[in-house]
This record gives sequence, structure tokens and C-alpha cells, in this order.
Amino acid sequence: MTELDGLYALWYREFKVFLREKSRIVSSLFTPLLWIVVFGGGLGSSVSLGGTNYQAFIFPGILTMTILFSSIFFGLYIVWDKRIDFFKEVLVAPLSRLTIFAGKTLGGCTDALIQGGLMLAFGVILGVSYSVQMVVLVMIFMLVLASAVVSIGLVIGSFMESPEGFNLIVSFLVFPLFFLSGALFPIDNLPSWLHVFTTLNPVTYAVDGMRGVILGISTFPVTMDLGVLLGFAAVMIGIGSIAFSRMK
Amino acid sequence: MNDFGVAPNRAFGEVVIETSGLTKKFGHLLAVDHMNLSIREGEVFGLLGPNGAGKTTTLSMLATLLKPTEGTGKVNKHDIVKESDAVRRSIGIVFQDPSSDDVLTGKENLYLHALMYGVESGVREQRIGEVLKLVDLEDRANSQVKTYSGGMRRRLELARGLLHRPKILFLDEPTLGLDPQTREHIWEYIRRLVDQERVTVILTTHYMDEAEHLCDRVAIIDDGKIVALDTPERLKQIVGGDIVRLRIKNPKLSPVKELPYVVKVEQTDGFVLLTVKNSSAHLQEILSLVGNVDSVELRTPTLNDVFLNYTGHEIREADAEGGFFERATRARSGGK
Repeated sequence: MTELDGLYALWYREFKVFLREKSRIVSSLFTPLLWIVVFGGGLGSSVSLGGTNYQAFIFPGILTMTILFSSIFFGLYIVWDKRIDFFKEVLVAPLSRLTIFAGKTLGGCTDALIQGGLMLAFGVILGVSYSVQMVVLVMIFMLVLASAVVSIGLVIGSFMESPEGFNLIVSFLVFPLFFLSGALFPIDNLPSWLHVFTTLNPVTYAVDGMRGVILGISTFPVTMDLGVLLGFAAVMIGIGSIAFSRMK
Repeated sequence: MNDFGVAPNRAFGEVVIETSGLTKKFGHLLAVDHMNLSIREGEVFGLLGPNGAGKTTTLSMLATLLKPTEGTGKVNKHDIVKESDAVRRSIGIVFQDPSSDDVLTGKENLYLHALMYGVESGVREQRIGEVLKLVDLEDRANSQVKTYSGGMRRRLELARGLLHRPKILFLDEPTLGLDPQTREHIWEYIRRLVDQERVTVILTTHYMDEAEHLCDRVAIIDDGKIVALDTPERLKQIVGGDIVRLRIKNPKLSPVKELPYVVKVEQTDGFVLLTVKNSSAHLQEILSLVGNVDSVELRTPTLNDVFLNYTGHEIREADAEGGFFERATRARSGGK
């Protein structure tokens, strides 16, 4: 019972902080909006891909971007927790490390899903028409992706001592994951070196899956996309649980 | 009760904290060196020493945040290594650095803590109300913690430490960085909660006055070792008299040293420090013998004199007054 209460406590804290730090929501949505509106709109005025408008084509990619960035930063934020010693207060509580990890991950997924949901709603303005089934499927994709990426963030964050390394993570991890995912271009006719990277990048399957659901165009079957993504999430959550159980 | 002093004849209960040869090494650094402690229920026990003496490390081991390199410890009859969960359930801890979430309100912080420590849902609200009242924060309970003053934050954390009715409360430098008036208030709160909640308190401090006014017993720690352990009154008696401090250029010390009531004579640049029994009766004679004195200062010994007596150096109070960042860095690098 205590563990469940603890899980709820950790989630509750993340959720409250998220709701109160409105600037965080605004700033984390601003970049994806800039991409979809300016970049997508600009390039879309002269380019169309796979029979659709470019802006619509990259929309699933931008949803992925929103989840990717908000999730990884959520994980990294435990560096701040460590600084203010809030984390020590959590660690000394009679809770298992696994509960702490699960609570954090749930909190992060909630944050990411709210932001992803807001972006999804913005799609209506762009002229995307949704069915209920579509929204549910996209939310599932976003949730699975978020759980994997929050875990990565938490693992990195648990090893990091200061926020100075944030830029490094963004440059060498988040941007490559994003650019090599086919978020901005089709992955069917890539040069072989690029093809290798995109195929190996798990984020590719999130983009492809959501593109399949929303636009009906995908390189792989949607079920395969979801399968790969679930596998990725399982591995990352596993690594995260181990990293947290070993943490002092 | 006289200004936070020890209530006379307060009866202490059974032993609730016991360590035997408790040792912590960080690489080659011996932070805590075979420490033996025995603390009884209802005591306010102080670990007094300069920064880096090993106080926080000792506390962290007892709170199961650090594993001892050697030796054993029991808190509330539970082994601090083998039964760390049981230990955690019986203790409350207030850290040296702020550890409340400042985006949340005071009440929300307490609510989180209640959940994490398994305070049952039926009594949660009631307990939160009680501890808020105990530290006089009821009217600010619904404000975000970032609007609190340093003293209010500390009071909130005291309240939080008590929320799950721990048997033992650990306080790491409870008044560090607070102004004198706020510090006295915090002492008052700590005393109040010891009396009302019957908790045992073990605290670290490098403030002499804190140890003197608040603690029933004090362990003076230097370089990871206990150099003296007793009630503040008896520790001061060890010094053996009052302290007479003379500012004098050319003291004639040999006749003074002969006097039977002069216990100790020390000379530092421009000053002479004498330890004198029953000083008020003998001051006249000392002054007539020692020569031309510029100024005289007479005082009863403090714990600082006790510390000086044992270690040959003083506890410099400025030591631990690092800025927030410095303390945060220190906390991260192993809690020294």
C-alpha cells in the first residue's frame, strides 16, 4: 500500500509542478510549432511528398519531436532535484527504488502526453481530420515513445552531476535521434549509409507508425512499428530500473 | 523551563541509537573513525564539531544514506545496513540543504511526504494540521514554498520530519545560515516537539550556543573521532575554571603561574588567556602581579573553550557558512 501511495506521491508532485510551471509548457511547444508552421509551411509551399502536402507530411515527425524533447528533458530534470536535495528526501523515504523510478516515469509520460496532445489538437488547425481510433492509436504511440525516452533521460540524469551537460545530450543524442528518424523526409530512397542509421534508430518507428495512422502512408506496417517501439521501451525501462536500483 | 535549557531530572528511556566502531572512509580519507555512541529515548543529542569533522557523515550512516565502511549501528533496534527499510520508517530527517519542492505549497509538500512515508489516509489531514500548528505555519500553508523565508522553510522541514511520527528525528545543522532571532525560534520549536511528541533528536551543529542551549548531551567531534562526550554543563567544568583574557604588552607570567588557583596559562600575540578557579575572588591579585593590563575580559567557559582544551584549535564558526551552491556541491560529493 505504501508503495502505491508513494507512486502516486511522485506522480502527483510531477503533475503539480508541470501545471504550475506554465512557462515550461509554452517553451516546449514553441519550437515544434515553429517547425510545423514556419518550416513546414515554407517548404510545403513548393514541395509535396508521397502525394501529401509537406506540412502534413512532417506533422507526425513534429509530434515525435515534441515527445522526444519534453521526455528527455523531464528525465534530465532530476539533476535539479539532486541539487535542491529534494531527491535525497525521496531516497530516504521507505520506498523501493523501483517505485521511485516508476513514479518518475509515469510523471514524465503524463507531461509528455499532455504536450503531445496539445500538438495533436493543433493539427486540426492544419486541416488534419481525426477519427477516435486515430487519436487513440497516436496517443498509444506517443505514450510508448515517451516511456522509453523518459527512461533514457532518467538514467542519464541519475549519472549527471550538473545541468551543464544538457547541451551535450541535446547535440549528440536528441538531435541525431530526431534528424535520423525520417521526421522531415521519407526514408524509402535514402543513400545506404543514411538508410542504416534510420533503420537502427528506434524513433524512426514512432514517426513511421504515427504517419501510417494519421496519413495512411508508412514504410513499415504500423503493427511492426508499434512492436519495435514497445521492444525499445521495454529495454529502456529495464535499464532504467536497474540503474535506479543500483543508485546510492 | 528556563530559556530552552534542559528540564531538570528529565527521565530518558531505553537506548534507541547505538553504534559500535562505526567507520566511514572516502578513499584514503577517514571521515568517521570508529565511533561508539549510545543515545537514549527522549534525549536531544548534539554532534558538535568544525566543518569536515564527520558529523554529517555520521548522521548519513545512521539515516541509511551512506553505508559504513566498518562497524555497526542500530537505530530503534534495527541494523542500519541489514534493516535499512525498518530504520527509515522509524526516523525523520531534516537535511542541511533545503529539500522541499519550492514550486509546491507547504501543505502539498507535507501531503507528498505523508504519502511517501505511508501515513494512513484517514489521519493524513489531521497530522498535517497538527505539525503545521506545531511550527506556526498554518496561515502560510497554502503559499508556494518559494515565497517562504529561510526560517519558515526550516520550520516546514521540521514539520515534515515529524509528520509520520518518527521515534527519532535527525537534524543536520538545523539553524545553519539563519539569523540569531530565527535560530532561537527554531530551538524553541525543537524543544516543543521533543516535549510534545516524545521524539529523540540527534543533531549536528558547529554552533556552540546551539549545542549549549538545546542539547542534553553533546559529543565533541574532531577528525572523525569523539574527543569528549557529556552534558554541556559537565563539559564546561572540565575546563576547570573561568576564562580571564588579558590584553597586555609585557606580561610577568612567572608569579601568576605560581598561584594555586590558576589552572592554565596561555599566551598568544598580545593576549594572555588564564583559566582561573573562582575568578571573581582572585582577579585583583592576578592583576596586581601581571603588570600593566590594557583590558580585562572575564567569562565562564563555553564549549568552544572545551573544544580548544581537547583539540588545541578552535571551531571556526565561519567555516560552514558557505553559499548555497558550495553547500549543494558538498552535499553531492558525499555529504561532508
